[in-house]
Formats: sequence, C-alpha cells, structure tokens
Amino acid sequence: MASYSTNEFKSGLKIMMDGDPCSIIENEFVKPGKGQAFNRVKIRNLKTGRVLEKTFKSGDSVEAADVVDTEMQYLYNDGEAWYFMHPESFEQLGADEKAMGDNLKWLKEQDMWTVTLWNGVPIATSPPNHVVLTITDTDPGVRGDTSGGGGKPATCDTGAVVRVPLFVDIGEMIKVDTRNGEYVSRVKE
Amino acid sequence: MSGPANYRPSAGLVTLQIRARIRKQIRAFFDPRGVLEVETPVLAQAGVTDPHIDSMKSCWSKHAGDIYLQTSPEYAMKRLLAAGSGSIYQMSKVFRYGERGRHHHPEFTMLEWYRVGFDHHQLMLEVDSLVRKLLLDHLTLNPSCFWTYREVWKQTIDLDPLKSTLAQLQAFVEEQGIDISGLEDDIAGWQQLIMTHCVEPRLPQDTPVFIYDFPACQAALAKIRDEDLPVAERFELYINGMELANGFHELTDADEQRKRFQAELLKRKAMGKPEMPVDEHLLAALPFVPDCAGVALGLDRLIMLVIGAQRIDEVLSFVVDEPR
Repeated sequence: MASYSTNEFKSGLKIMMDGDPCSIIENEFVKPGKGQAFNRVKIRNLKTGRVLEKTFKSGDSVEAADVVDTEMQYLYNDGEAWYFMHPESFEQLGADEKAMGDNLKWLKEQDMWTVTLWNGVPIATSPPNHVVLTITDTDPGVRGDTSGGGGKPATCDTGAVVRVPLFVDIGEMIKVDTRNGEYVSRVKE
Repeated sequence: MSGPANYRPSAGLVTLQIRARIRKQIRAFFDPRGVLEVETPVLAQAGVTDPHIDSMKSCWSKHAGDIYLQTSPEYAMKRLLAAGSGSIYQMSKVFRYGERGRHHHPEFTMLEWYRVGFDHHQLMLEVDSLVRKLLLDHLTLNPSCFWTYREVWKQTIDLDPLKSTLAQLQAFVEEQGIDISGLEDDIAGWQQLIMTHCVEPRLPQDTPVFIYDFPACQAALAKIRDEDLPVAERFELYINGMELANGFHELTDADEQRKRFQAELLKRKAMGKPEMPVDEHLLAALPFVPDCAGVALGLDRLIMLVIGAQRIDEVLSFVVDEPR
C-alpha cells in the first residue's frame, strides 16, 4: 500500500486517518535542537469536512489516500443519486446526498463540476466558480435603476436565493459567484 | 527542481546587509573579551550518535572511509580546547538531514563559543548581553527571565517535569487535546512534546527566556548535578517562542561520555536508524578539556528576530528546492 513519510507532508497531500481520506491543510515541522522532531498538521476529513489537528513523530509513515479531483459533467438525478459523466471516458458516477452537501442549489444540467473520488467513488463535489441561473421569482423590476444600490432577493431555477439589483426581472439570466453566493452580472441570451 | 528556474535570492538585499553587520558586531563583541575566532572542518571524521540528529554523509576519496558534514562544530572545538586554545568562537555552516520547516533549513549558520572557567550561569549572562546588543535597535526587550526547567513548567502549565511519571505526562497531553501517534514510551520524548506544544507557546513575548537545569534524561553533552532529583547543567534561550540557543556546562568525563554515546547508539538501533561511528578523537581529548561552558546559537533565527521574519527562508540567500 502506498504511504507517505512525514518528510513528504505538504498542503494538499491526501492521507488516510482513522479510516477516512483526509487532506493536509497545514504542516509545521517542530524540532528542539536536541530532541524529538514532530510534524504538527491540520487536516480536513474529506468525508465529513471536519478539520482536526494531529501531531506525528517526524519520520513516521502514513497510508496514502487514493483521492483524485476530476472535472465531470452533471447529467441527471434519479431520486437517490446525482449522476456525473467523465467528458472523455463517458463513464458515469452517482454522488449521494452527502457528497453533494449544500452545493445542490448551484446544480444545473450540463455544468462541469469538480468531483472528488476516493477509490473511484465520489465523496465530495464542488460547483464551478460561476454559474448562470434563471430567475423564477422576484419583486417587479424598477426600470432605469441601474445604480445597483439596495437590491432585492431573487429565487432562481435551482432554488438558490441570490441578492440582485433592483432592475433585474423574472425570466432573466444572471451570473452568480458560487464561492460567496453573490450576483455578478446579467447574462444576455 | 520544482517550479520554473529562478535566480533570485530568497532573502532581500537589505536583510543580507543586516546579516553582514551582525557578523561584524559579533566579532566586535568577542575580540575585546579575548575570545579567539577559529575555523574547524565542515567535513567531520565522525557524525553524531544523537538519535534525533541525522548527519549527511559524503566522501573525499574513493580510498577513504565515510566522512560527514558536521551537524555542529562542537567536537572539533573541544579538541582545540583540549590542546590549550583558551576561550574560542566560530560562525560556521552546519548540516542536518531532513530538517526543513518554518524555523529549519538543512544547512544553517551556527555561532558557537566556549568559555574556559565559566559554568552555565556565567555563560547565560554572556549570551544575554550579546543577544541584547544585537537586537538593541530592532526589538524592545523586557528584562530577561532566568527559570529552571522545573520553574518554567510550573509557571506555564503547572506540572512538575522532574517528578511526573510517563503516565502522568501522557495523561496531561491527552487532557490538552493533543492527538499524537507513534511516540515511544520514552520520557524525554514526551517532555519534548509538552515543551514544544504547551510550554513554548505560553512563554512571555519580547522577553529573552533562559531555561536551565534540564531533566537528566535530556543531558546531551552537559554535566549532571546530583541532587535529590538530578539535573543536567544545560540551558536554552527562547525569544518569542523560538529556540535560539542551547548551552552546556560541558561534560569532560570521557568514561561518562562514552556511556552516553553507547546509550544513544542503542536507541538509534531501536529506532531503526543507521549506527554511527563514535568520535574517538573527541573521547581522547575530553580528559584534557578544561572546565568550561559552551553554547550554540542559531544565527539565522537571530536575524529572523531582527527583521521580524516568519520564515527562515526570509533570511537565507538561497534555500533548497522543495521536494516535489
């Protein structure tokens, strides 16, 4: 089984910890001039998202986690899983609710998502940085008010609620930044 | 090489000028005190047996045996002391396998000096005056603290390092929420874990903290003083949570030193590390080494304090490439 020595630790490295795949966020080498060296690491459990701190004796080895991030296209939901397709191999994989997390509100068919696979199974997903959504409900637009000041809530076709400028109307398409949930611009068809 | 080629230095040019000035100030400090500047070989005939310090091996001729990049100039300087050099100092490059981090680089500069006739208390005072002189214009320092290892534990975590059993130390670590795996049942290792994780972060800021009289199991090359609870006449200096210097009232008993080397070799073996040849030249010199105290100070870390750097890379002209 593949393993990493603490000397190879760096942020982004995927390791197994208590049976779960984890990603190293931070690694600090701590060593008294005379005495035992340690690696103090912050790791994120990729299944639960929980961040924990752990100390290793330097030189020890840890099992590597077979975790890869893959760009995949979202196809459909069958009531149990959300199916993504690899654009080259056309392989389809289903992600469960846990792997989708609270990203579902950004999910649109045919969008390219990052799917994190552990031993080939999706364990986490993340949406593209920007998505284009259609507004299904909002207060009537105020024509001519392009100041951008104020704003109002708008419900989108995916269920996401985004704060938009006053001039935006039902049926219009908008670009949204999924990292902060903020409106970016209107999109012309 | 990782990343594209880049000829630029790691440290800024102003930092390199500060480094040059500090080296000058160090010489100006020692010269009037009659401490002789010396140079000893970087290529050492023997490495170190210390189980927690790994030497880098090299060779100078295919007919000669292994040679090691020095991890410290200590052994060679003690041979000079034995030959009657009197008090000596040097600034030299030292090398430690596998040590890389925010405060570590596998090659770094050490200021090491020995004072004949000093004990560790007298040497601590000299270290204090040198460090204060070098940091004078850069850091406003509070009066220095001089605490025994036992006092500093009492002050910061209210635990007795000399009387606590291994089980008590382990219970404390668990209580502190420290998740550690793979540490052997060796009391020194657990003391060091608590020191680095619990004590160091609680030391006062902008204050030179001298910690002396270490647990005897962490004696290294220091004399052990027999009291009810024996302690090693060793000290460390910390400033802003960073270990800056380590000194000893030097052990000069060759038989005791040989025993410590052998105990370290046994430990190396248990840890699955390569056996290291014992430095017989040093053992031959020890009976002639006068009573003295010696200290090693990390020059790069001192420069970090001067410029307020967070990483050692900010004070080194060039650093090793990160492994891929």
